[in-house]
Amino acid sequence: MTARIFIPRDAAARAVGADKVATAIAELTARLGRPVEIVRTGSRGLFWLEPLVEIDEGNGRLGFGPVTVKDVAGLFRDGLPAASHPLCVGRPEALPFLKRQTRITFARCGIVDPLSLADYRATGGWRGLERARSLGPAATVEEVTKSGLRGRGGAGFPTGIKWKTVADASADRKYIVCNADEGDSGTYADRMIMEGDPFVLIEGMAIAGYAVGARKGFIYTRSEYPDAIRVMAQALALAEREGILGAAAGFDIELRVGAGAYVCGEETSLLESLEGRRGQVRAKPPLPAHKGLFGRPTVINNLISLATVPFILADGADAYAALGFGRSRGTMPIQLAGNVKQGGLFETAFGLTLGEIVDDIGGGTRSGRPVRAVQVGGPLGAYFPRRLFDTPFDYEAFAAHDGLIGHGGVVVFDDTVDMARQARFALEFCALESCGKCTPCRIGSVRGTETLDKIIRGERVEANLALVEDLCQTLKFGSLCALGGFTPYPVMSAIRHFPEDFGRPRLAAAAE
Amino acid sequence: MVSWNETDAAEIIRRHQGREGPLLPILHDIQSAFGCIPTPAVPFIAHALNLTRAEVHGVVTFYHDFRDRPSGRHVLKLCRAEACQSVDGEGVARQVLQHFGLDWGGTTPDGRLTVEATYCLGLCASGPSAMLDGEPIGRLSADAIPEIAREVGQ
Repeated sequence: MTARIFIPRDAAARAVGADKVATAIAELTARLGRPVEIVRTGSRGLFWLEPLVEIDEGNGRLGFGPVTVKDVAGLFRDGLPAASHPLCVGRPEALPFLKRQTRITFARCGIVDPLSLADYRATGGWRGLERARSLGPAATVEEVTKSGLRGRGGAGFPTGIKWKTVADASADRKYIVCNADEGDSGTYADRMIMEGDPFVLIEGMAIAGYAVGARKGFIYTRSEYPDAIRVMAQALALAEREGILGAAAGFDIELRVGAGAYVCGEETSLLESLEGRRGQVRAKPPLPAHKGLFGRPTVINNLISLATVPFILADGADAYAALGFGRSRGTMPIQLAGNVKQGGLFETAFGLTLGEIVDDIGGGTRSGRPVRAVQVGGPLGAYFPRRLFDTPFDYEAFAAHDGLIGHGGVVVFDDTVDMARQARFALEFCALESCGKCTPCRIGSVRGTETLDKIIRGERVEANLALVEDLCQTLKFGSLCALGGFTPYPVMSAIRHFPEDFGRPRLAAAAE
Repeated sequence: MVSWNETDAAEIIRRHQGREGPLLPILHDIQSAFGCIPTPAVPFIAHALNLTRAEVHGVVTFYHDFRDRPSGRHVLKLCRAEACQSVDGEGVARQVLQHFGLDWGGTTPDGRLTVEATYCLGLCASGPSAMLDGEPIGRLSADAIPEIAREVGQ
């Protein structure tokens, strides 16, 4: 058979030269007269190995990475590259980083051509939608409830209950909204699905529409994701042409692009933005499930929640609920980022400890220096020190330590980090992105940044730290949404766990 | 890129007018056609959508993406968020800005290049990351500066 060469088209692979490598391989193999078929896939999520080139001569794939353009001539000099080549990493699925994962939501990502409907169907696509249709709407909602799936955007609200509320509401029209406004630093799971397996999101949204009686869906994503927008738009057009979406199918999806506002990842702010207004947060109640987009009952779910639904319907709620830890059922795509040796997407059942994630899976820092702090859950997540590395990765355990798992981002810092500066950045970012609705967030974030500047300069450190703590209390209880409400997490965790960076070596110990 | 004219603007609005909540898609297309949201576009869009000028102005100024004047011919976005901070993105950014003689948000005098801050490009395991005219760049270091300069024709 013609050898097939798989090269990712994911933005993170393109960012390190995947396109140039693909072109070089195509040109070289053509010149040498070797028939090969090049398939552009999503990424497997092993970013330290990107561009990861996989070659299948008919007996499974062999991986080579990271491949640069300079390596191409050597790789293909004597026919197809052999397992003895120094860049060979063996069979990708045998790599510990992949072997230890439980890939459910990301089962296809990095393996299939993201825009091939044939690939999608051949790998179990549309089975979830077909089963939902055979079960009927009410039983479909029940199946999602039974699976224990909780919102993967961070709030962890049970998805099935949201769906049931919308299904039970009566209205002239209802909406499904996919929150793909993935603005947390350290996260890229939504982006990888849109670029690597867009049909799974379409299927998940179609199931949601069928279950609650909605005929229209919106995907709201970021302008910072041009690759994802391109692939997602092509996938929607293909699905429409196939009759999977559109008037005859009874469900349609429109792709919308934000305009650089972080706060639009907050669900009510996102709805405002979709309606064409400033992305200002709405007070709840009314819940979006009762009065959401254009005042209609709306299911607004994170992309990962929706992309997990096809598996739950296809393989059953029990198969999903069997995985996990405590009240956190199923799997979570953990995204290892920042100063980490083996950065990438690691989908696993809840319950691994933070230490296992950072040290065993991530392999420590990229710089080779000791890990000092890990921020979990994006810019609103807490900084964890080594002594909390036994915290299991689940919603409740992180909440118990005044933290959150958020959308699953884990950003690693080495011992050169200045935690006072990180605390300052959290407040500065809040000031930059505040929608302005709540006074503590709009003004408190600015005053907080100024106060941290004083602390960094060594001015009245203890009094100013007390002021910051007081301000954080006000932010936490006086803000409508997570931007103002959770900014205290990174700030206070930095102060509590790393007091030595704030010029007051003994204060924290005395307070305890 | 063309200069502001009502014919093109009307055509853009017509394309989106049937959609639910058409304002953001219209603004994106106006900016891609004219390079920014020109001042006369605000009352023009407001009139077409039966909104007040204040409402449209409020939306334009809320979102970081919308500009009131065109950027340079090339736009380099450098990520300043936490994951890139952890791999000294700030240090690399300083070198890039210094090389082009710019501050954040600045444009070179010849109008070739604008350098902007961005907060996360979703390339967080391959930082420091950047985007040049929509094309992603990972593992950015000072070594990449000559190539960026070549790309923007300097």
